[in-house]
This record gives sequence, structure tokens and C-alpha cells, in this order.
Amino acid sequence: MASQDNQLLSLFSAAEVEFLAEDELINIVPSVRMDTLHMICGDYGPFRPQIPAQVPLWLGVALKKRGKCRIQPPDWMTVEKLTQVLEDEREAPREFQPLPFHYVEISRLLFDHSQDDISDFYLIRSLVEDVRDVRFHKVEKGLETLSGRTHAVKLKNLSAMEVNLIRPFIVKALESFYKHDSEDLVKQVDSERDSQLAAADRLPRRTLRPR
Amino acid sequence: MEGDVAGSSRGNGADSSARFRNSEELQDWMNEEGDGSADMSASDVDMLKRAWRNEKAAPEVLPFQTLLVERVREQILLMEDNLVAFSGEISEELMLSLYRMDLDRTLFLLRAYLRTRLNKIEKFALHVLKAQELWDRLSEQEQDYAQRFTDSLHKHFQQTVLGKLPYGYQSIMKQATSSEEDDMIPEPNLDTFVFCRSKRAIGAFQLDEKGDETVDLMADDLYILRYRPIKDLLDNDRIELV
Repeated sequence: MASQDNQLLSLFSAAEVEFLAEDELINIVPSVRMDTLHMICGDYGPFRPQIPAQVPLWLGVALKKRGKCRIQPPDWMTVEKLTQVLEDEREAPREFQPLPFHYVEISRLLFDHSQDDISDFYLIRSLVEDVRDVRFHKVEKGLETLSGRTHAVKLKNLSAMEVNLIRPFIVKALESFYKHDSEDLVKQVDSERDSQLAAADRLPRRTLRPR
Repeated sequence: MEGDVAGSSRGNGADSSARFRNSEELQDWMNEEGDGSADMSASDVDMLKRAWRNEKAAPEVLPFQTLLVERVREQILLMEDNLVAFSGEISEELMLSLYRMDLDRTLFLLRAYLRTRLNKIEKFALHVLKAQELWDRLSEQEQDYAQRFTDSLHKHFQQTVLGKLPYGYQSIMKQATSSEEDDMIPEPNLDTFVFCRSKRAIGAFQLDEKGDETVDLMADDLYILRYRPIKDLLDNDRIELV
């Protein structure tokens, strides 16, 4: 649990992000009859053979593992849709295409557990991987545009896993920019102030800032 | 005698009206809470999930979700009881195992929330102990924990290091007695940056005291913003951290 102790306290582990993704809803086609499940996280069912039902991903995967249902891949998980997304991702160097916030985790879970329910599985898998690579390359490119004057970064359509990957770096970078930025301000306006005071790192910057 | 009776009846009257007022207040408060949250349809589990995410992403300790945790805890207990009661009855092995998975997930979520908080409380125990406003954000058990944690920490430092230092350098709070402020207490960095998202459009939002920097907060878009200016939005549940 070393990662919990250091200053990256706010970092979600990959398993935690997956846990969050498992609550996304998905359609299944049950092969068994089962009454409505009144769960803490909500009511699901009733389940009738061959009648599609909407359940959280974890429930779908649990049923699938026991051979009690088929999982219907989500709308965006088709060869046509993904080819289109990949093309658009490549064409727009500064934008991200709208995909579910948890698309990485969802596809991972489906690839692992419900491979036989996905038509063109190998093609789909390589398309998702390509999309992911293109997007991540863009994220890295985007990081280069950060500068000292960056106070807000807008990340339209960035997904959970992508957020998680860049979080440690980008937060540190922005923090450092912010810190040195405000130190500049302090020096310009208040240069005669006791240098010892400015050196005390933990003092809140606010108190030093001109009003 | 008569006076006594009158007195006691008046007492009762006051008592019941007070109780009534309280329950009314409670009602109002609960309504308000319902209105304040981002969407009414959100289940307790969803709300706890959001609380966990916020807690994990925020640099400081956030107010404890007393009512929410209580409700989730009740649901967990209820489910545990039901499972015990049904375990003989439900012939469906499958249903039982699904219910158990649901229960395990909720338990995990609750534990994750509480542990994230404890982690932060340990980290900033001295800081939290110093400010009433922060102290009030903790649950009773957390306050107890924070108190005992600092006591142990204090004792440990005293025995191993501080007690052996020259006079004037023995405080756990200060570098030396000549320090004007308590300068040895770890504090959360409120000027860190967080990833956040809003359910509804908030519009132009001011990011610094002078108003030079504004950002147009659109619904469902993701932003990286400095924590300090958006703190109030988080308190009012208008944004969530991711």
C-alpha cells in the first residue's frame, strides 16, 4: 500500500477505476428465468429467457461467467462505429471523439469475459487498441502546450483511464507552474520583503500577495 | 399541587412542541438535501460513490456524509440479515451469490470511503485538530481516532526524538520556540489541481481573487482546475471530482 502513503493519495488504482466502470449499465440476453433482484445498488430484472434486460456490467459478467446470459456489446462497439471514431480521432489532432467515460475498462471487461458475444472480436479489439493509442498520443502532445499561465485545462471527452494516466504528471506540473508563477508576482511587487519569509515554503502564498 | 400539575403539563407541551419543531426542521433539512444533490434519482450507492471519488480527489478532508453513511450502513445490515434468513430458503444458488456480490461491492465502497478519510486524517491529524471548522467535518469516531492518533504520535516523537533535543526544540508543532507560527504541521495544499466535472452548465466562473481568469464551465465537460477557487462549488454539490 505504499502508493497510498505518498502524496499521490488522490490517485485511483486501475482496479478502483475498473470497480467504478463495473456499475455502467449494459444489455444482456438471459438464458434463465429469474425473479427481480432487489439489490442495494438498485432493482434489476425480472429475467426471462431471450428477453433482453439492462443490468450493471458486474452483474452481466457474473451471469456470463456462469453461462446464464449473452452480453450485448454496446452500440459504439461495432466495426463501423469504431472505424469512424478512429478516423475522426486521426483527423482532429486537438479533439477527442465522444466515447463512454469508461470505454477502456468496459472493452477490457467484455474482451476478457464475453469474447464469444462480440462479432469480429479480433478486429474490434485491435480497433479499440488503435483508438486508445491515437488518443493517448494526443494527450501527450497536449501536455506540451501547458505553460505557466495555465489556470484551467479543458479536457472534453477524455476518459477515466486517460485521466488516471496523466493525473500524477499534470497535477505536479500545474502545481509547479502555479507556485513559481505566484513567486514571480511576489518578487515583482514586494521585492524588499524579508527574503527569509519568502523562503519559508509552507507559508500560504495568499498572505504575501499584494491586495 | 395544582401548580405542579400545571407546571408539568406546560413542560410537556413545551417538550412536544420542541420535538415537533425539531422533526419539522429535520424534514426541511432532508428536503433541502434532496434538492441540493445533483439528481434526485441517484441512489445512495451512487451518492456514496461520488462522495468517495470526491474524497479521494480532494486535497483536504471533506465533511463527513453522516446521513448517507448511516443509510448505506442500514441497507447493508438489512441485506446481511436477509441473506442469512434466506440462505436456507432460496433454492436458487445463483440469486444468493448475486445478492452477496452486490453486498460485497457496497461493503467495499463504504470501506474505501472510510479508509480514504482515515488516510487523510492521519496525514493531517495535527492540522485538523487545530481548526474547529475542520474538526467538525469529522464523524465522532473519526474525531476519537484523530485524537488518539495524535496522542500516540506525540508520545512516540517525544520518546524517540523530541525529548532528547535541547530545550526550545522540543515542540511537535514548531521548529523552535522562536517560531511565531506552528510551522511543523503538514497541511493540505489547497492550491493543487483537481479534475472535475459538472452535471449542469455553471457558466463563467472566476478562478482567482482578482477576476482576471475565468472559465466557462459547461455541463459534462472535464476540467483541470485549481482546488481553492472551486471549493465552494464542491461544497454545494454543483461539481464532482473525478
